Amino acid sequence: MESLALQLSSSVNAGTVLALAALGLLVNERAGVINLGAEGMMLVGALAAYATAFHTHSPILGFAAGIAAGAVLAAGFGGLVIWLSTNQYATGLALSLFGGGFAAFAGTGYTDKQLPVQVAFRIPWLADVPFLGTALFAYHPVIYLAAALGMAIAWFLHRSRAGLMLRAIGESPESAHAIGHPVRRIRLTAVMFGGAMCGLAGAYVALAYTRLWVEGLTAGRGWIALALTTFATWRPGRVLLGAYLFGAVTMLQFYLQARGVQVESHLLSMAPYLATILVLVIISRKPAWIRLHMPGSLGKDFRPDT
Amino acid sequence: MLIKTTGYLLASVAALYAALGCGKKDPAPGGTTGSAAAPPATAPASSGSGSGPAPAAGKPLKIAFAYVGPVGDAGWTFAHDKARKAVEAEFGDKVTTSFVENVPEAADAERVIRDMVAQGAGLVFGTTFGYMEPMMKVAADAKEVKFEHATGFKLAPNLRTYDSRTYEGAYMVGVIAGGMTRSNVLGVVASIPIPEVIRNINSFTLGAQSVNPAVTTHVVWVNKWFDPPKEGEGAQALLNDGADVLMQNTDSSAVLQTAEKAGKFGFGWDSDMQKFGPSAHLASAVIDWSPYYKKTVKSVLDGTWKSEPTWWGVKQGAIDVVSVSDKVPAALKDKLATVKKGLADGSFAIWKGPLVDQAGKEVLAASQVADDKFLLSINFYVKGVQGKLPSAQ
Repeated sequence: MESLALQLSSSVNAGTVLALAALGLLVNERAGVINLGAEGMMLVGALAAYATAFHTHSPILGFAAGIAAGAVLAAGFGGLVIWLSTNQYATGLALSLFGGGFAAFAGTGYTDKQLPVQVAFRIPWLADVPFLGTALFAYHPVIYLAAALGMAIAWFLHRSRAGLMLRAIGESPESAHAIGHPVRRIRLTAVMFGGAMCGLAGAYVALAYTRLWVEGLTAGRGWIALALTTFATWRPGRVLLGAYLFGAVTMLQFYLQARGVQVESHLLSMAPYLATILVLVIISRKPAWIRLHMPGSLGKDFRPDT
Repeated sequence: MLIKTTGYLLASVAALYAALGCGKKDPAPGGTTGSAAAPPATAPASSGSGSGPAPAAGKPLKIAFAYVGPVGDAGWTFAHDKARKAVEAEFGDKVTTSFVENVPEAADAERVIRDMVAQGAGLVFGTTFGYMEPMMKVAADAKEVKFEHATGFKLAPNLRTYDSRTYEGAYMVGVIAGGMTRSNVLGVVASIPIPEVIRNINSFTLGAQSVNPAVTTHVVWVNKWFDPPKEGEGAQALLNDGADVLMQNTDSSAVLQTAEKAGKFGFGWDSDMQKFGPSAHLASAVIDWSPYYKKTVKSVLDGTWKSEPTWWGVKQGAIDVVSVSDKVPAALKDKLATVKKGLADGSFAIWKGPLVDQAGKEVLAASQVADDKFLLSINFYVKGVQGKLPSAQ
């Protein structure tokens, strides 16, 4: 039973990185801007967090630095894409390459620097409950934050005026502009939020998930998060579901290997991707549902003076 | 207006970079900085130069190294780079060395190696199995350059292979693992299913069984040499499954770190990783490439270089187990010292029969000692290793 609880908790842990990045990208894309630079922002966020935590010995400052680094990079992207009207896809790709290279370059001194040993996080009393304690109450704070953010973003998008405005801008920026909303400023805010979340995801990888810095640390998770947002049809609940499902099947395939199951390891390592795509595609199969949630102006440029 | 100004600004910045770049004495080596994860681009990353001062008489031998990972992996590539620096220190101004990191095991490798030759390298080291075909191709076109291929098996008149008996290191840490485990379940995070890795898993198990016949080894394959988050996940799965001592054949310290977080034990691999897991670290199985690299450079400078395979181990100073933790009891440390001495003077053979594979079939008869040919083509698990062996690349 304890082994199953450990499996559950490590599944949630594995999915959190994707959840954080994908939620940020969701807000981003709901405003109509697609930022393919997720991987670059995660790497820069990871390095900023690791370096700050190493020098200041404060994990909180480390996380803050990761968030700030992601937001700054996204702001640069936003400036190019929203005000200079560069192609969103090309600029996003450039950002991901730049972020990865810059993080590798700036981080060369940190690969052999070690952070102090991490404290184990447990909620007192609740964590001692058999099974549920290990499965639910012994997580790093950021894991709870990710779940909370998922719910908060869902509430924000569908139950608040500001969220309505954001979605309107994503559907039809011309109409929103005609009503008088500051379209470009709001889009920039959304882009910066997306960058901040990707930076947080990177910081989590560097400070909690694998406590080290090497170049290419995130190993493609930014791209997985981008795909996840699309497959989840831009709904926060489905993004969380997809992320945790991905994490669960990842841990499951390693568990099956460890148990000695007689299946090829290559087939098993395909499993997380297949499972997540399959589930999300099935639950979003009606074209009407997809049209309902896909931001109408995703990837398209908007100029207020035309 | 804004677009115009920004355009002029960017153009002048680009021009500045170009001017700075063209002003350098030697041309910048090939390879752009890039993240290894972007699907459209596969550009390898940074390169570095470590040149000695200009020699008084005769041109220095240019030595180029191609690394599969970053020097900062604190593992495989780090060990090669350490040896490169030892070569520089030993030969001073008779050599100049340079390296390119993150060269993928794919078509790009050929481009990088050709570039090294074009820039005048007289000796090229390719430090991973996957460079075999690219190096063979370039060697055929550059007959005056000597090529050294690590962990490969193809030879040419100007290309030879070298390897270290990492399985001796795996056996020795296996001895420690077998003595330190309480649950009798050992975990190995394995990289790519080639004979070298399978041999290491088996040797690790044999070492553990020599002090504790009841151990079983569980294996997960991450199918990459280097992927810290995946290595961590694999390690976590093994721990969830009941393993309390972990080993890895991957290139980062993520597995040791995961063991540290969970309060279990782990080892360093390829380089000393003690500082990455101070309470979890039991020992590090390290490779020292410098004896071989120094011998090679000397033979090129003397003109005595011959194309032949080399496979060095504890005996020649290429393999060692270092930083053994104080948590290891004295009796176990003594056993380790005996094994090391036996390997160093050749009196002890790890792969000696009777030996059965996972299915119970005998692979080595009683007192039969495996030769190098047998060792190089191991594609089975020994008894005690659990799981299905993936088919090789």
